[in-house]
Amino acid sequence: MRGATTARTMLAPAVLGVVAIALWQLLVVAFDVAPFLVPSPSGIADAFARSLSHIVDAARVTGLNALIGLVMGALTGILVAILANALRVMSQMLAPLVAALAVIPIVALAPVFYAMFGAAAHTGRQIIAAIAVFVPMYLNTLNGLRQVEPVHRDLMRSYAATAEQANRLLLLPGAVPYVLNGLKIGSSLAVISALIAEYFGGPANGLGKAITSAAAGSNYTGAWAYVLGAVLLGALFYGVTAGIEAWALRRRGGS
Amino acid sequence: MSATRAAVTISGVDKVFRTRKGGEVHALSDVSLEVAAGEFVSLIGPSGCGKSTLMRLVADLDPVTSGTIEVFGKSVEQARKDQDYGIAFQQAGLLPWRTVRANIELPLEIHGVEARARRERSDELLALIGLEDFADHHPDQLSGGMKQRVAIARSMAERPRLLLMDEPFGALDEMTREHMQNELVALCQETGAAVIFVTHSIPEAVFLSDRVVVMSPRPGRITDVIDLSFSSRDEELREDAAFYEGVTAVRSALHGGADASSGPRGVENR
Ligand SMILES: Nc1ncnc2c1ncn2[C@@H]1O[C@H](COP(=O)(O)OP(=O)(O)OP(=O)(O)O)[C@@H](O)[C@H]1O
Ligand SMILES: [Mg+2]
Repeated sequence: MRGATTARTMLAPAVLGVVAIALWQLLVVAFDVAPFLVPSPSGIADAFARSLSHIVDAARVTGLNALIGLVMGALTGILVAILANALRVMSQMLAPLVAALAVIPIVALAPVFYAMFGAAAHTGRQIIAAIAVFVPMYLNTLNGLRQVEPVHRDLMRSYAATAEQANRLLLLPGAVPYVLNGLKIGSSLAVISALIAEYFGGPANGLGKAITSAAAGSNYTGAWAYVLGAVLLGALFYGVTAGIEAWALRRRGGS
Repeated sequence: MSATRAAVTISGVDKVFRTRKGGEVHALSDVSLEVAAGEFVSLIGPSGCGKSTLMRLVADLDPVTSGTIEVFGKSVEQARKDQDYGIAFQQAGLLPWRTVRANIELPLEIHGVEARARRERSDELLALIGLEDFADHHPDQLSGGMKQRVAIARSMAERPRLLLMDEPFGALDEMTREHMQNELVALCQETGAAVIFVTHSIPEAVFLSDRVVVMSPRPGRITDVIDLSFSSRDEELREDAAFYEGVTAVRSALHGGADASSGPRGVENR
């Protein structure tokens, strides 16, 4: 049952993807579109295969920044949400700050961070990814911590459970689906932020820098090959976190 | 009854809920009741007469508006902190991410009982509620009655001197219900626990109780207390003439206590 449903849900987008790429190839060839406007899928695939080892190296650099940012942002998001849930004042104080973080494009801070940490360090990129991840992690976790059923609250009170026990045994397990959803959203944001931050300077061995320098050197098909690498990196992050979410929810036995 | 000390003493208790719109609900009015150690007392009455509210006050889950409640001679807060009671709510209230066994062990875990002792106790309780085969299942794989049984086992996990049970058998089929009633009787004789037991079933109240407290609504108050001094509670009692007398006495108290026009609602006569 589950296998059949999964196959069907995956088949439709796969078919759509194949059709779209075929159509793209057809149009580029039929109208003889110049590569600097839109390169053909086969051209991109060619360039991708040719510079595969460089793409993988660059993806490692960007991926590591994104991963460090994801972990830092996720941990701080969860911790701050636990504190904010325990102290009402704190959540009220944080509300405008989080709203600001949610609307300010954090990558715009990249030049500032390069000035702070030096142009040779990746720290600024990791911090940018962390801040981008922090927002959905904080909001989702806080929301999850607040989904406590009154009867469970009563139960903990009847056991004279400490705040620490109530957090560990009731609030946090109850928030797990929300936390994992936040992590899934955060994973894509981490990759995007780490990548875009490279456009503003810093060490030149990442995917973002590879895209800009290929484009600057009029190697448009090459630039697209690096974009494809970035797409795959984002898909990897999303796939892994979505997999963790599905696995954890199945293991914990519904709700 | 070898009652030496009161388990619960409720004196002149009023409970008024203030609703968000500024209204007031007078849930309990001048309620006084003493439950001796080891005594089994049932609360029966139409829906909304304040049975759950009274239980929550004893459990220190809500504060009284006026009057006093003592549990084993202590304030309700102290009794709660000392874990003097076990409670089973009207809803099972199991934690969905914990297995049946882990749900039963929850209070033991919170109070620092070591893993092996926890497991021994949960084995006993699983056998008691007849769910040994479901120990590793999650609550969403259980029927409503099975969930309720797990909640009952959880309330008994620490062998409390006082059990507060809010319609614990409401979701059970008749067979399981009678089985659980017999088990509860045996358990109380064994442990000498006092029980405050909310039910909508007159025969259940009569079968289980030393005394049946009849309540009526708007405002919730005690209208009658019926003494039942059966010498023993076994299967034969269910067929006994004294049992049927008890049922009749509770039924007429319920009818007498309610509005003459509407009669009691939410009370089963089975
Ligand atoms: N938290 C609350 N806020 C406001 N009113 C409440 C609250 N809890 C209970 N009440 C009111 O108090 C009265 C008694 O409620 P309670 O739940 O104690 O009744 P009950 O006897 O347990 O009924 P049932 O048999 O249906 O469970 C009802 O009128 C109810 O609306
Ligand atoms: Mg009730």
